[in-house]
Amino acid sequence: MDLRIFFQHVANALSLGSLYALIAIGYSMVYGILRLINFAHGDIFMLGAYLAFYLVSSSLMPWWVAFIVAIALTCAFGIGLERVAYRPLRNSPKISIMISAIGASFLIENLAIVLFDARPKAFKVPDLFSSIVKFGKVQIVSVSFYIPVITFIVLGILLFIVNRTKTGMAMRAVSTDQDAAKLMAIDVNRTVSITFGIGSALAALGGIMWSLKYPQLLPLMGIMPGLKCFIAAVIGGIGSIGGAVLGGFLLGIIEIMTVAFLPDLTGYRDAFAFILLIIVLLVKPTGLLGKNQGEKV
Amino acid sequence: MGVLLSTQGLTKIFGGLTAVSDLSISIEDGQIIGLIGPNGAGKTTAFNMITGVYKPTSGIITYGTTPIQGMKSHKITRMGIARTFQNIRLFKEMTVLENVLVARHTRMGTNLAEAVLHLPSYRRKEQEAVDTARSLLERVNLLDLANENSTNLPYGKQRRLEIARALATNPKLLLLDEPAAGMNPQESRDLMDFILKIRDDFSLTILLIEHHMQVVMGICERMYVLDYGITIAHGSPEQIRRDPKVIEAYLGAAAC
Amino acid sequence: MSFFPLNKKNRRLLNAAGILLLVVLLTGANAFLDPFSMQIFKLCAINIILALSLNLLNGFTGLFSLGHAGFMSIGAFSCALLTMTADQKQMNFFLKPIEPFLAHITIPFLPALIIAGLIAAFFGFLIGAPVLRLRDDYLAIATLGFSEIIRVVFTNLQTITNGSLGLKGLPRFTTMWWAWGTAAFTVVFIVALIKSSYGRAFKAIRDNEIAAEAMGINVFNMKLLSFVLSAFFAGVGGALLAHHLTTIDPKQFMFLKTFDILLIVVLGGIGSISGSIISAIVVTILMEALRFLDGPLNFIVFQTTGVPGIRMVVFSILLMAVILFRQQGLMGRRELSWELFADIGLLPRRFGRRKGE
Repeated sequence: MDLRIFFQHVANALSLGSLYALIAIGYSMVYGILRLINFAHGDIFMLGAYLAFYLVSSSLMPWWVAFIVAIALTCAFGIGLERVAYRPLRNSPKISIMISAIGASFLIENLAIVLFDARPKAFKVPDLFSSIVKFGKVQIVSVSFYIPVITFIVLGILLFIVNRTKTGMAMRAVSTDQDAAKLMAIDVNRTVSITFGIGSALAALGGIMWSLKYPQLLPLMGIMPGLKCFIAAVIGGIGSIGGAVLGGFLLGIIEIMTVAFLPDLTGYRDAFAFILLIIVLLVKPTGLLGKNQGEKV
Repeated sequence: MGVLLSTQGLTKIFGGLTAVSDLSISIEDGQIIGLIGPNGAGKTTAFNMITGVYKPTSGIITYGTTPIQGMKSHKITRMGIARTFQNIRLFKEMTVLENVLVARHTRMGTNLAEAVLHLPSYRRKEQEAVDTARSLLERVNLLDLANENSTNLPYGKQRRLEIARALATNPKLLLLDEPAAGMNPQESRDLMDFILKIRDDFSLTILLIEHHMQVVMGICERMYVLDYGITIAHGSPEQIRRDPKVIEAYLGAAAC
Repeated sequence: MSFFPLNKKNRRLLNAAGILLLVVLLTGANAFLDPFSMQIFKLCAINIILALSLNLLNGFTGLFSLGHAGFMSIGAFSCALLTMTADQKQMNFFLKPIEPFLAHITIPFLPALIIAGLIAAFFGFLIGAPVLRLRDDYLAIATLGFSEIIRVVFTNLQTITNGSLGLKGLPRFTTMWWAWGTAAFTVVFIVALIKSSYGRAFKAIRDNEIAAEAMGINVFNMKLLSFVLSAFFAGVGGALLAHHLTTIDPKQFMFLKTFDILLIVVLGGIGSISGSIISAIVVTILMEALRFLDGPLNFIVFQTTGVPGIRMVVFSILLMAVILFRQQGLMGRRELSWELFADIGLLPRRFGRRKGE
């Protein structure tokens, strides 16, 4: 294949991988702390994108402020969601909280259809992101660089928070053993809220950056990326941030590169993630970087 | 009288923790053998390996003449080994009678078509199962509560139900995990009589984990003492009572 | 008048009377209902089958599977391809011709329905074998994954399923009798299964898997059995749906479809057969009745233009309300029974338990 096109594919793969990684982290963190698959996570991703869209369109503030506000609002929403839909069920059977997550997901999606209208909207991409960068004969859209760079910066900050701050330590403690954490005077509720907040903020950031690269907004735009990113988190090792990043990049790269080299398989693109998931679940259910968790008899 | 169950070098390692190390026990037909030791000594882990819940890291378990280590739980139960659990594991959404009936499913010898079509052959088998279950409940004095939800029973009766349920699988070897937990001295005495009685009535061999020294010393012919997974003593109640290593394990060296 | 105790003989009489009542209702419905209401009524029956098959798995065996739509899809397409005539196939497959071996198969409805169910059951076996080893939440995602894989594959198998175009003009085999007859069969089957020793085994697995295995139950085989049976009835339901709507395409069987059935099961009570039946009827009717919310509203003095999507918002809120405030749904794990009716006075006074029974 043409070298030009190859590099474009590589750039796309890295961007997509970064986006998947950002979203997958949210899933992983929430699962790690609550053993809950937050089905609504993909919809939070969508929410971030739409909020940014409306704020930018309102011309009330510069685009970068709009992005930050959108992320903050989505973060608050995520925290609220946990309070309303998940916290009351913390001591109920697992199935109940899963159903609540599914219900929340559908609710958000259908609210979006009602409030935002099911017709696609065009995201106004700031010029900074739509300019073309040239390397010799190779042309790549600038956003393809910004996405991985921003992702890595954010990742760095996140890892710092998780590994070097008290809050992060609390998060890790609650993930390992909720009851023991309580005994150590850790405010579990607050820690869970913070986890949801961070995860939602990352999803919102992912949603905004996604719209910069793929500027078409639809209320159901979060379903597929949401599912795929959960899969990415599982593949990498659910509960582990490193695993989520690894899984996200792996999935993004496989998706783009497989279709690049085997264009006949384009129609099956969405199925790759699921096939990979099944394979991982059967061979190493704890994921590439995951650890075993047994049940005491 | 032969050896019904024996283990050789049975070991279980979880990551960095050796729960059971080199356990070699031998139980003869009709005996009541005790497995004692401080908390965390590995007793329940040993049970779990014998009943197929855990796969041993190494070692052999022989039942009769068949090696059973690594076999799945349900197969081991069908071969005649039944158990109760340290933390009662009754079926919460079912009645007392239904709990026991579940254990009869394997022995019923029915098939799906027969069951769904409710053929006369199935109805006969179902009636037999119900009769057997009810007679077992009568033996443990729970028949009057047959239609109560299992969770409504007081703790002591729940333990008895677990035993009845285990008996319903037609075992030759019965493993009891702390059956006297939470019982007062009178209840413990009743339990001792009960265990002796079922051993005779059902021709059982019994392996017993227990902390209640009164019960263990009262009915066990022999016992093995575990501490941190290692077998520190083995012998009759008298021998164990005097063994300094046992006393040290339970009470600490200063209490000698 | 003499007392009428609820012993075995009399319960059989009551059951027979119930069946007679159902037959009368169906005949009446067939004769007097307008076509639109008939459609809804038929859909109720189909949803009963789908809800019961999901409840068997989720409610009675405790396996949280989200793959129902996939099996419905397999059943729907299988039955359609088996019953369409060669001409109908040729008309549909205009983009790419159908696979030669499928082109000339045309069999009557009943065998096609059964085979469709069996094909779905077969895939249930293939999928269940690897997937049932997984823990609850992983099982949910894995089954969801398979359901999506099926959808994507069907969307791409142009020569077998006609890809995203789907199949149109299917013969309308699903009459009132077919729909309700199959539903009745499903109810009888599932009730018989649950009441039997197998039902107890399923419930034991749901309640405490380790104890069930320790009592001699081959837990894995039982789970697989439940999964396969659930897939069978889902396939049958899907097939009936196909010949009711007369048009199918892979997009109809997205996760949303599983959600619809899950909604019915949760509202009716996970683990209650009567709950699922009642819920299927009520929700199906409600889904249609609330369709007006999506369109223009003329309410006394208000006039609003329709807001599409409100209907599903209402149902989502309903699901969440139930799961947050009344987890057990309508019936929880209880069932309707003649005893219950007698106790609450729905049967004439002389029916019922003897004093002190």
